Amino acid sequence: MIPWLTLAIALPAIGAIVIWALPRVKTSETATTAARAEASASGAAGSGGTAVKTRPATGTGTAGAASAETAKRIALFFSVATLALVAAMAWNFDTAGAGGLQFEEVYPWIPYFGVHFALGVDGIALVLILMSVILVPLVVLAAWNEHSDREDGGRGYFALILALEAMMIGVFAATDVFLFYVFFEAMLIPVYFMIGRYGRGADRAKAAMKFLLYSLAGGLIMLVAVIGVYVIGGTFLWSELTAPGSPLAAVDPATARWLFLGFFIAFAIKAPMWPVHTWLPGAAGSSSPGTAVLLVGVLDKVGTYGMLRFCLELFPAAVSWFVWPVVALSLVSIIYGAILAIGQSDMMRLVAYTSVSHFGFITLGIFALTPQAQAGAALYMVNHGFATGALFLIVGFLIARRGSSRIEDFGGVQKVAPKLAGVFLITGLAGLALPGLAPFVSEFLVFVGVYAFNPIPAVISVVGVVLAALYILWMYQRTMTGPTKESLSGTTDLSARETWAVAPLIALIIAFGVYPQPLLNVINPAVERTVEIGADTASTTANAEGDTEEGDEE
Amino acid sequence: MNALYVADGAPPSLPGITEAAPTLDWWLLAPYLVVFGAGVLAVLFEAFVPKRSLRPVQITVAAAALIAAFALIVLQVETVGAGGAMIAGGVLAVDGTVLFLQGTIAVLALVSLMLIAERRDGRDAFSAQAATVPGSEEERRHILAGSQHTEVYPLVLFAVLGMLMFPAANDFLTMFIALEVMSLPLYLLCALARRRRLFSQEAAVKYFLLGAFSSAFFLFGIAMVYGYAGSVNFAAIRAAVESGGAEIFAQGDGEPLLIMGIGLVAIGLLFKVGAVPFHNWKPDVYQGAPTPITALMASCTLVAAFGALLRVFFVPFGGSVEIWEPMLWTVAILTMVVAAFIAVTQRDVKRLLAYSSVVHAGFILTAVIASSTEGLAGAMFYLAAYGFTTLGAFAIVTLVRTRDGGQELGDLDGWAGLGRRSPGLALALSLFLLAFAGIPLTSGFIGKFAVFEAAVAAGATPLVVVGVLSSAVTAFFYVRIIVVMFFRDSEGEGPTVARAGVLTGGVITVGVAATLALGIFPGPVLDNLLPSSETGGEPAAVMIYQVTDGGTTD
Repeated sequence: MIPWLTLAIALPAIGAIVIWALPRVKTSETATTAARAEASASGAAGSGGTAVKTRPATGTGTAGAASAETAKRIALFFSVATLALVAAMAWNFDTAGAGGLQFEEVYPWIPYFGVHFALGVDGIALVLILMSVILVPLVVLAAWNEHSDREDGGRGYFALILALEAMMIGVFAATDVFLFYVFFEAMLIPVYFMIGRYGRGADRAKAAMKFLLYSLAGGLIMLVAVIGVYVIGGTFLWSELTAPGSPLAAVDPATARWLFLGFFIAFAIKAPMWPVHTWLPGAAGSSSPGTAVLLVGVLDKVGTYGMLRFCLELFPAAVSWFVWPVVALSLVSIIYGAILAIGQSDMMRLVAYTSVSHFGFITLGIFALTPQAQAGAALYMVNHGFATGALFLIVGFLIARRGSSRIEDFGGVQKVAPKLAGVFLITGLAGLALPGLAPFVSEFLVFVGVYAFNPIPAVISVVGVVLAALYILWMYQRTMTGPTKESLSGTTDLSARETWAVAPLIALIIAFGVYPQPLLNVINPAVERTVEIGADTASTTANAEGDTEEGDEE
Repeated sequence: MNALYVADGAPPSLPGITEAAPTLDWWLLAPYLVVFGAGVLAVLFEAFVPKRSLRPVQITVAAAALIAAFALIVLQVETVGAGGAMIAGGVLAVDGTVLFLQGTIAVLALVSLMLIAERRDGRDAFSAQAATVPGSEEERRHILAGSQHTEVYPLVLFAVLGMLMFPAANDFLTMFIALEVMSLPLYLLCALARRRRLFSQEAAVKYFLLGAFSSAFFLFGIAMVYGYAGSVNFAAIRAAVESGGAEIFAQGDGEPLLIMGIGLVAIGLLFKVGAVPFHNWKPDVYQGAPTPITALMASCTLVAAFGALLRVFFVPFGGSVEIWEPMLWTVAILTMVVAAFIAVTQRDVKRLLAYSSVVHAGFILTAVIASSTEGLAGAMFYLAAYGFTTLGAFAIVTLVRTRDGGQELGDLDGWAGLGRRSPGLALALSLFLLAFAGIPLTSGFIGKFAVFEAAVAAGATPLVVVGVLSSAVTAFFYVRIIVVMFFRDSEGEGPTVARAGVLTGGVITVGVAATLALGIFPGPVLDNLLPSSETGGEPAAVMIYQVTDGGTTD
């Protein structure tokens, strides 16, 4: 049997090591200083937000760029190879058994703590891994020239992307709570450097720090819960912890609630849910567009995936107690995120806030505990990755042309770059869940499922859709329509490379908008399992509560 | 004569005083004798070996002694077995814990010795002639003449002898002697810095005065315990604690003596460990002492002091957990919280590492409080892991220097741009800092997990929650160093980085290798400390006469 998942983790990791191990091209003293001066000049320009992005003079570029060019090709090769590998794995995936774990691998790692290097995917994990490996090569492609004015020509950036890809696959595939935690925390380091070192603007170090500290704080709280799970359950293996009759299932509800909360806080920070979302706009705003795609498109999904996989399935006894608080927080996220998105003057921050709103829908769907709502939430995770990823990439193309991400610096782009404006409109409409595009299906499923759970939150969440139309269309109107600004008259349309970077995403958005069945076929069995667990225990806890009440009466 | 000389093994009439000439097990005593003998030889060499060849001879003797001691300790593991043994008439214990800690100390001391022996431009880190007045003409003459203090090496050997004895002592008097043998050379060594000599001497005086105070507390505590138990022997004290004190306390009114005794002894030990509120010496001394000596203190002394602390609380006072537990809870919480917050305000790298060492002491205290075999194993792993990481960090501190005068650059702001100037060094330091912060895939994470897991299993969950919150705070200042190194450009010239010699480079390499190896494959070490019940095998984490929740070992 082929160890698919280990290979999928190892391949990008090897790629990252290869890029790091590339011989460093010695630049002459003058070239280095020139490049440095250039870098600082462009840094100053970025902070001013008005100057056009400087290109390195060819003389200085060639020395460092030689290895950077190789690095880009290696990164593209390894990310495409990983995509091919995961696609082959998905081909072998047995859809009928999507509710259970497949491609399972279990090797002992640290026997002292009973830690295993245990991997396996069910339907939800599979589609999330697929989404991640589809996004990575596109990000590599889109970021091709983004960092060429840096000293190392951006090769460190590409190594970090591949390292991050390995960890992203690992975090979705881990079926050992300890291993999951290791990937969950280790992932922060590459992202921290991607924002802090290869980000935009003067505040990027601060934004990176804020991101890291928020995530670390959440992760450390989760660490207590992870230890608690081990002390009570006696194992880290997810399959043993969720097996009927495991000691964890028999834990008293109060402890289960604390453990649930420990995991939930970490995931809520990651997700990002109101009120712990405040790191996201800064981090996304200071990221380069490629980083933002992976940050919002994939990393934040770890939060919602964790809620579905760990909070709900490990502590079913605690779930019923948390349903209403989380639903309330989700509704706040939906509306608060949307309102703040409307008020943003920076496109990167705007898209980040729309994500806060969209993640509200996802958590709402997860905690409504009905099959449609959860299937919708799982589907939304994938669709949001594609739609928001595409939106960030296109904003990135605009930034590359204008050197700024402020909305007021644009206007009338439609006339000079019609193709660019076209794809911007399509992805924008996907963001507001227009019927026929993929996010519509998932949002609709969430509505239906939540309505079945309780009509009131469903009705409130519809407000989010109305506001979505407002922030997307208004941004489009301000940047693309109207008279073309003087400074934009020379704007070029999409290049072939850029077209290749977004075209697959738009194709997927349209394809899954029209025919989402293949995804749902894989997601549904897995969702049914979670819902079953939730329903079972909800009824048993209800009984148990009934029992204690009777006991009190006696 | 015969009346006094009890040769047939009959119990002595006065408890605690042995009239019989003890039989000595030379084989088990060999590590002490080797180090002691080498120290004495080195003093003789000072007198008789010509000045020119003195330094290489001293270094060779010291290194050979440490290597031989380590080899002997490793060989003894086979001889001693699981039960442990007593040597020298029962004043020293040899058991799994002692051998593990002694082996760790020997290796860490050897690595520190590499730092101590490092010379740059023919000058080591120590004052040319400590007896001269700082800044005087005489001092200048000595510097120009290339004088050096090769007495450093015998002093280090004597200190290491004390460190080897400290965790092995099986009665309070031996422990006190070990404490002094360990401390007195260190007081001297602290005063020998080549640069900023007044500062270094101030640190030494501070260390000496406070150390003398704590020794007085320790002695007074021993007197109290002797009054209570009628013996200074740990086994006898343990028996006395279990039976309610010496015969005169048959009515059970001896408890106040025991409480005072435990409290005062604990002050002496907690001072050496550097727990709040007995931590005030640490930042001053760490900052003032020559950095190689700081490295020695931060790694070896901490291991030795914690070894003694563990033995005292697990063996003689193992039966009176209810007395010392509230006390250690308070100290541990204070240590973790206060030191973390003070550390945030520090601007000097060495002071920051000192406060970080205080916080780590707090984390290890949670394992002591767990009072279980898992806690012991966790603390031992933590100590070994932390020792290597901290050595590496201090080795890097020795390399970063000011541009004028070439003294070490403590001020953090001066470190800006280090990531660009020497990326390898900055990456290594980042790894050490991430290990301090407890990020997965580093040894720091496994250590933290081990001690916290033991604490949760022992029901000290609130302590662990405080611990993780404190970790979140400490993460802030570790990450801030990374920010300074990588994301901030140097103002003006920035620091110079001395070229790492073979020795310093070796220390950094060992630090990186140990941090990664213990972080990714901690299995072998942990299994050795405490094998799981399935595999069998003898645990190293066991003390002779240990009293813990895991049961009593005789």
